[in-house]
Amino acid sequence: MAASSERSPPPFPDSEEPELLEDSDEGADAFTGTSISEMDSPSPDSTRPPKDIFNEPLEDIFSDPLSNINSEPQKKVDTKIPSPSSDEVVDLFSDPLDDDSEVISSPEVQNPMPDLLNEPVQAPKSDVLGEPPVHKNAARQQYIFEDPPKGSSKSSSVKKAASAELFGDEDEEDLFKELPKVVTKKPQPLGPPVDVFTEVKSDVKVKPQVKDDPTDLFTEEALTAPAPKPSASSSSSRTNGVHSEEHDLFSEATVELSLDSPRNDRKKKDAVKPSVSAPVAPVASSSSKAPSKTLEELEEEESEDTFDLNISVTNPEKVGDGMNAYMAYKVSTQTSLTMFRSKMFTVRRRFSDFLGLYEKLSEKHSQNGYIVPPPPEKSILGMTKVKVGKEDPSSAEFVERRRAALERYLQRVVSHPSLLQDPDVREFLEKEELPRAVSTQALSGAGFLKMLNKATDAVSKMTIKMNEQDVWFDEKIQDVENEEQHMRKLHIMVESLVNHRKELSGNTAVFAKSVAMLGSSEDNTALSRALSQLAEVEDRIEQIHQEKAANDFFTFSELLADYIRLLGAVKGCFDQRMKAWQRWQDAENMLQKKREAEAKLLWANKPDKLQQAKDEIAEWEAKVTQYEREFERISATVRKEVIRFDKEKARDFKRQIIKYLESLLNSQQQLIKYWEAFLPEAKAIA
Amino acid sequence: MTEGSSAEAELSVRVSSIRITDVTQDGDVLTFAIASQKLNSSAGVCVFRTYEDFDWLQQSLFSQENLPGLHGIIFPPLPSKALPSQSNTQTKALKQLGFLALGQAWQSYSKALEFYLQQVATHPTLCKCNALDSFLINSESPGRQRGRKGIFNRLSQAVEEMRKESHKDVDNFFQNERIKNTNLAALSKVATEKLLDVVMTEQKLALACGHFSTSLHLCVNQDDAAAVAFSKVCLKLSDIIEAVKRNFEKAGSSNLSTLGLGLDLESRYQEAEKEMLFRRTCKLIELETVKKSTEKAKANKREVMEAFQKAVEKEFSLISSVAKQEIERFHSSRVNVLKNFLIGWCEQQLNTAKEFAELYSQHLEACRNMYTE
Repeated sequence: MAASSERSPPPFPDSEEPELLEDSDEGADAFTGTSISEMDSPSPDSTRPPKDIFNEPLEDIFSDPLSNINSEPQKKVDTKIPSPSSDEVVDLFSDPLDDDSEVISSPEVQNPMPDLLNEPVQAPKSDVLGEPPVHKNAARQQYIFEDPPKGSSKSSSVKKAASAELFGDEDEEDLFKELPKVVTKKPQPLGPPVDVFTEVKSDVKVKPQVKDDPTDLFTEEALTAPAPKPSASSSSSRTNGVHSEEHDLFSEATVELSLDSPRNDRKKKDAVKPSVSAPVAPVASSSSKAPSKTLEELEEEESEDTFDLNISVTNPEKVGDGMNAYMAYKVSTQTSLTMFRSKMFTVRRRFSDFLGLYEKLSEKHSQNGYIVPPPPEKSILGMTKVKVGKEDPSSAEFVERRRAALERYLQRVVSHPSLLQDPDVREFLEKEELPRAVSTQALSGAGFLKMLNKATDAVSKMTIKMNEQDVWFDEKIQDVENEEQHMRKLHIMVESLVNHRKELSGNTAVFAKSVAMLGSSEDNTALSRALSQLAEVEDRIEQIHQEKAANDFFTFSELLADYIRLLGAVKGCFDQRMKAWQRWQDAENMLQKKREAEAKLLWANKPDKLQQAKDEIAEWEAKVTQYEREFERISATVRKEVIRFDKEKARDFKRQIIKYLESLLNSQQQLIKYWEAFLPEAKAIA
Repeated sequence: MTEGSSAEAELSVRVSSIRITDVTQDGDVLTFAIASQKLNSSAGVCVFRTYEDFDWLQQSLFSQENLPGLHGIIFPPLPSKALPSQSNTQTKALKQLGFLALGQAWQSYSKALEFYLQQVATHPTLCKCNALDSFLINSESPGRQRGRKGIFNRLSQAVEEMRKESHKDVDNFFQNERIKNTNLAALSKVATEKLLDVVMTEQKLALACGHFSTSLHLCVNQDDAAAVAFSKVCLKLSDIIEAVKRNFEKAGSSNLSTLGLGLDLESRYQEAEKEMLFRRTCKLIELETVKKSTEKAKANKREVMEAFQKAVEKEFSLISSVAKQEIERFHSSRVNVLKNFLIGWCEQQLNTAKEFAELYSQHLEACRNMYTE
C-alpha cells in the first residue's frame, strides 16, 4: 500500500505542470482500472485513439521503469509483502468503483492506445521483475495481454514519454501493486509519501485482522479480476473498477499527496475519502468500539448471550502420519449475533490453534484482570499414543476427552462478554486459515518453562508482601486457595469412583458371561432359559454401568479438572492485581525518594538542580496516580470477574448435577425395566 | 423333603422353624444360637453351638452305622470353618469362604449354616439320625469327640481322586451325571466368584461415594451469596452421592443375600454331589477288583470270593439305587432353591431400583427448583 501510494505521488507533481496531469491523475486512479482497460483495450483500441496518454507512457516507462525496475526489483519483493494491506482495497471497492469508472470513462478513451504502446515495454520488464513476487496469475495474464498491443504502439508513443512517465509509472505500479517505484520517486515528493504511509499505517492498525491474511485477499481479488478483463469495452470500465479497487489505495495516497493538483484531485479526494472513511468506520466499530458499547449490555444479559452462540467441536481427525501427525477438529458455530458474518460457519482447527488462541487472549486480557479460560493441557503421552497406535480404545477415549474439553473451553471463552468481542476469537471461529500457532510448546503440558514460571511466581509472591487493604480480596484469595485444594481432593475421589465404575462394568460383563455358560450347561430347560435371560440382563446392566462411568467422568471429573484449571486462572488474576499494586507501591517509593532528594537539595541550597528534581517529582506523581488508577481499575475488574466466575461456577455445577441426576434416573428406570422383564422368567422356573 | 415320616427316631422339632438367631464372637470362636420349635408343642428350644459342633454333626451323619447305601447319599455341604481372628486379612477369608465371609457380623455365614441344618433336617434319611436331634435339642454340647473320617477324609480323597475320577462307569446314567456334575461344579464356582467380584466392587463404589459425599462438605462456604449458592449445590450433590452410595450398598447386599448365597450353596452342593459320585466310583472300582481277583482265585477260595463279590455287588447296587434317588431329589430341590433365590434376588433388585428411582426423581425436582429462588 505504502509503496503504491508513494508511486502515485510522483505523478501528481509532474501532472501539475500540464493539463495532462489531470488526465494522468485520473489515469492513475483509473490505472488500476486502466491496467484493465489496457488489457481490454486490445479489442477497443481502434475506438479509443486518444494519444496524449499514449505518448507519455512510453517514454516514462522506458526511462523510469528501466532504471527503477532494475534497481528496485529486489525491493519490490520486500515492499510487496507489506503492500498486501489490501484491506482498504476491499473497503474501497464499492465506492471507488463508481468514482473510478466515471473518471476513467473520459480519460480511458484516450488512454487505451497509448497505454498499450507504453506498457509493452514496461510490462515485460516489470513482469520479469515484479511478477515472481506477485504470484498472481491474473496479474500476469493481464500483463501478457497488454504486452502485445503495447509493443506495436511503442514507437509512436515515445514522443510523449516525458509527460507520460507518470502514467507509465503508475501503470506499472497499479498493475503490479508493487511499491518498486517508491524508492525512485521518493526523492521528488518527499512530503506526500510520508503522509501516505501514515495513512496506510493507521488504516492497517484499525484492521488488525486484515493484516494477518493479506495474501488471501490479494489472491481472491486477483482471481476475480482476470475474468472480467477480457470482456468488451463496456465491461472494461467495470473491470477497471475492479482494478481500481485494488488501486484505490493508491488513489487515496495520490489524493492526499496531490493537494496541489487541480480539480481532478479534489474530485478524487471526495470520492476516495468517503470510501476510505466508510470502510474504516465499520471495522473500527466492530473491533474496538463494539466491545465498549456492548460490554454493559452483555454483562446484563450474559446468559442470553451464551445461548445466542452455539459452538461445537466435532469430527476429530488425524492429519498426517508418524510423529508429525496432529489432530484437527471441526469447530462449528451457530449464532444469531450480528458481529459474525453468517449464522452458521465451520472451520477446521488443530489443537495448537486452540492453544494459540489462549496465548493471544491471555496476553491481551489477563493483565487487565480478566479470567481467561485455560485450554486443556497438551498431553505428550496421550498424543503419542494417538500418533503411534492405530485403533486403540484408550487413544479413542483420549481424543474424545480432549474434544469435549476443547468444546467446553471454547464455550467458556465465548460466554465471557469481553473475550467474545476480541477480534482473535472471531477470527478463530470464522477465518478459513489461521497462521500456524507457534511457541505453544511452552504451553504444553507441565513443561519446564511452566515450572520455571511457577517458581518465579512463587518467589515473587514471597517477596511481594502485600498488605491487603481490601478485606474482600483478602478473604477471596484465601477462599480460592482452599477451593482449589478441595477441588483437587474431589477430583481424586471422582477419579477413583470412575475407576470403580469401570471395574464394576467389567466384572458385570464377566459375570454375565459365566452365567451364560452356566445356563448353557444346565439340564433343566426352564432354569437354563432363566439363566441365559439373566445373562442378557446382566449384559445390559453392564452397558448401564459403562454409561454411568462415562457419565461420572464427563460430568464430574472433567468438570472438576476444568475448574482446577480455572481456579489457576483466577489466581493469575489475583497475581496480576498484586503486580499492579507492586508497581504502584514502587512508584510511591520512588516519589518518596525524589521528594527526599528535593528536600536535601533545598537544604543544600542548590537551586540549579532543584528544577530538575521538581520535574522528576511531577513525573513520578503522575506515575503514581496513573498506577494507582490502574490498580483500582484492575481491582475492580478482578472483583467483577471473580464474582462472575463464582456465579458461573454455581450455575455450571448445578447444570451438571441436574444432568447427572437425569442420567441416573434414566439408568435406574432402565434397570427397573430389565428386572421387571426378568421376574416372570424367574417365576416360570418349574 | 418328606419330613421324617418313618417311625424310628422322629425329629422332635419343626424343620421350618430352625433358625440361627444370633452369632457371638469370642476370640477365635463363633457361637451360634439355634432356635427351633417342638413339633408337639409351641415351646421353643434354643441351643448354642460352635463350629466344632456342626462338624461333629456332619461326621456323625457320615459315620452312621447300619444304614444301607450311606455312600449314595448326597450330604448337605457344611461350609468350611470360619476363622474370625485370621479374617482380618480379608482377602484370605474371601478366598476360603467366598460370599460367606461378607456381610455384617457373619450374617451370611450363619445363614449358610442355618440352611445346612434345614437341608439335613429335610433329608428323608439323614433326619432320622439321632445326632441331629441331640444337636438341636440338647442344651449341652454334644461330645467333642471327633468322628473318624475314614473314607470321607478329604485329604485321602484328593490323592485318589486323580486316579479314580476318570474311571469309566458301567452305568451310562452315572457316567453322564459325572460329566455334567464336573462341568456344573466348575461353572457354578466361577459364577459365584464373579458375582463375588461384582459385589466387592459395589462395596468399593459405595465406599468411594461415601468419601466423595463427605469431601463435598468441605466445599461449603457461607461467605457471600455466590458462595452460598455454590455451597448449596455442593450439599445437594453430596446428598445425591449419598443416595447413590446407599443404592450401591443395597444392591450389593441384596446380591449377596440372595443370588450370592444361592450360587454359593449351588456350588457347594455340586461339590457334595461330586463327592457322592466319587464314593460310588470307588465302590465300583472295588467291585471290579474283587471280580478280577475272584476270577483268578483258586478253586478252594473261589466260593469265599464269590460270596464276597456278591456282597460287594449288592452293596454297590444299593448305593447306586440310593444315589439315583438322591440325584433326582437333588436336581428337583436345587432347581427349586435356585428359583427361589433368583426370584428373591430379582424382586429385591427391582425394589431397590424403584426406590432409588423415586429418590433420584425427588432430588432432581429439588435441584431444578433449587437455584431459581
